[in-house]
Amino acid sequence: MSTDLPASGAGSMIHASGLRKSFGGFEAVRGIDVDVRPGEAFGFLGPNGAGKSSTMRMIAAVSPVSGGTLRILGMDPATDAQQIKARIGVCPQEDTLDTELTVRDNLVVYGRYFGLPRAEVRERAQELLEFVQLTEKADAMVDDLSGGMKRRLTIARSLINRPDILLLDEPTTGLDPQARHVVWDRLFRLKQQGVTLVLTTHYMDEAEQLTDRLVVMDKGVIVAEGSPLDLIAAHSTREVAELRFPVPTDGGTHEPLAEKVADLAERVEVLPDRLLLYTADGEETVAKVHERGLQPIATLVRRSTLEDVFLRLTGRTLVD
Amino acid sequence: MAQTHTQSQATAPRGTIDGALRLLDYWATAYRRTWKGSVVSSFVTPLLYVLAMGVLLGGFVEADPETLEGATSYLAFVVPGMIAAQSMTLVFGEVTYPVMGMIKWNRTYYAMTAGPLGVEHVILAHLGFVAFRVAVSAAVFLAVVAPFGVHESWWGVLLAFPVQVLIGLAFAAPIYAFSAGLRSESAFSLVFRLGMIPLFLFSGAFFPVSNLDQPLESLAVITPLWHGVDLTRMLTLGTLELGPALVHVAYLGALVVLGWWWAQRRLQRRMVV
Repeated sequence: MSTDLPASGAGSMIHASGLRKSFGGFEAVRGIDVDVRPGEAFGFLGPNGAGKSSTMRMIAAVSPVSGGTLRILGMDPATDAQQIKARIGVCPQEDTLDTELTVRDNLVVYGRYFGLPRAEVRERAQELLEFVQLTEKADAMVDDLSGGMKRRLTIARSLINRPDILLLDEPTTGLDPQARHVVWDRLFRLKQQGVTLVLTTHYMDEAEQLTDRLVVMDKGVIVAEGSPLDLIAAHSTREVAELRFPVPTDGGTHEPLAEKVADLAERVEVLPDRLLLYTADGEETVAKVHERGLQPIATLVRRSTLEDVFLRLTGRTLVD
Repeated sequence: MAQTHTQSQATAPRGTIDGALRLLDYWATAYRRTWKGSVVSSFVTPLLYVLAMGVLLGGFVEADPETLEGATSYLAFVVPGMIAAQSMTLVFGEVTYPVMGMIKWNRTYYAMTAGPLGVEHVILAHLGFVAFRVAVSAAVFLAVVAPFGVHESWWGVLLAFPVQVLIGLAFAAPIYAFSAGLRSESAFSLVFRLGMIPLFLFSGAFFPVSNLDQPLESLAVITPLWHGVDLTRMLTLGTLELGPALVHVAYLGALVVLGWWWAQRRLQRRMVV
């Protein structure tokens, strides 16, 4: 791993080496090494089933480690789960809010689990409601909130103990674009305040927006690690020319088309409905494609993203 | 976060009881939504039962202490049976669907254990709440029937009260354990139809179990509810015999302990994977 921390993981917020998780005969996490530094926003990017959530549950000290080493804030979840859980914040993928309680009561009741005095919890709840812009909803029932509001309330709840690490499992999955941006804005503010964020996502734009450093996971292993920009630079070209063609009706692929343009790009990816040409200059490549008499239905030139990195590393798309 | 002047630290619980007490606010907040309805029903239900079964049906029953286990009226005989049976039926409602709901439907238990609390705190707090519910309804029942002159002594009534909590927990702990490991709620209707209702009808609450033919009588006296009914009845009728009473307490106590142990095991296996 490229990390400037000592091998023991001293000083890491989270240190994992050779970490494994198996359920019966199925290995969800197959030996991963991770070090999360104080104050950084760290991401696990990968498709569904990559082992991200299993990893997160082990880090949250609610799922026993099957093999390897895991230390959270220097503590071993096998023996210090309660101490660890007192100092982390958890924003689970599925909402676990109490729908029959008010917005405020959800925060207050949760804060009490941490052994905090009632008056102090009330004060913190008020601040957090302001932070997630739910002050005017304080006395509404959770059932009456929109999906985005519920997610913000869950984030507020996960902050009630002023955690050293905030774990977010797919923080914006299922939200509409506007609600996602509100959540991102709040998480970005937390990051600026120095809260260590660890998040999983299968959205490359989320990973690019929020993380300083991320690992790409696939089938239980880490296939790449770095900052979003480093990963793109290392595994993709500057630009991508997307050429859209009709989906072949005879059950074939666009491989024959790809062969015709193979020399125009560093690399060509074949998808059912389009070709992706990885190149330094997309416009120029598109012009050359036209010169060869090929007529795509549509063309698009864009910057490389983490999606392309993932495609390169695994041969598959992130959202399938 | 904007830091305020208050700076308490989140901590791990100091023990099982400290952890369970941190869940008190959750249960109190949840109870505040429903207590009015539950108090009204725990007042009205015994009144209706006592009138229908004790007074009206009981009018047809010959008041012979020989056949009524020492009671001088059917009313005095049936009241302790109904109290004990209520302690049981209330519990069936509290630790079946609600437990599954908090694991599977609302995932409340996952929220409770995301912080420093563990499965053992969740179980103790939930069973503590069930014990509280049983205590309230038993207290109301004992008070509602007092004007009917069915209590032989004040100390008997005072002892019958904690016995109801014991009966409640003797059912609550094992049924809780059963519910904690259950994947689908369809088994609950069997639990009610084949478990609760036969126990309710045939454990000596409404007639002396000696009226049953063998082997049904022997079957009846090994059910937990019969032990609860007999113990409650000895106390309200003032016919307490120490030996049998201790057997009842030991039997019910053993169910609490075994059920509790099983509940820890089942919930741990369900949630910590």
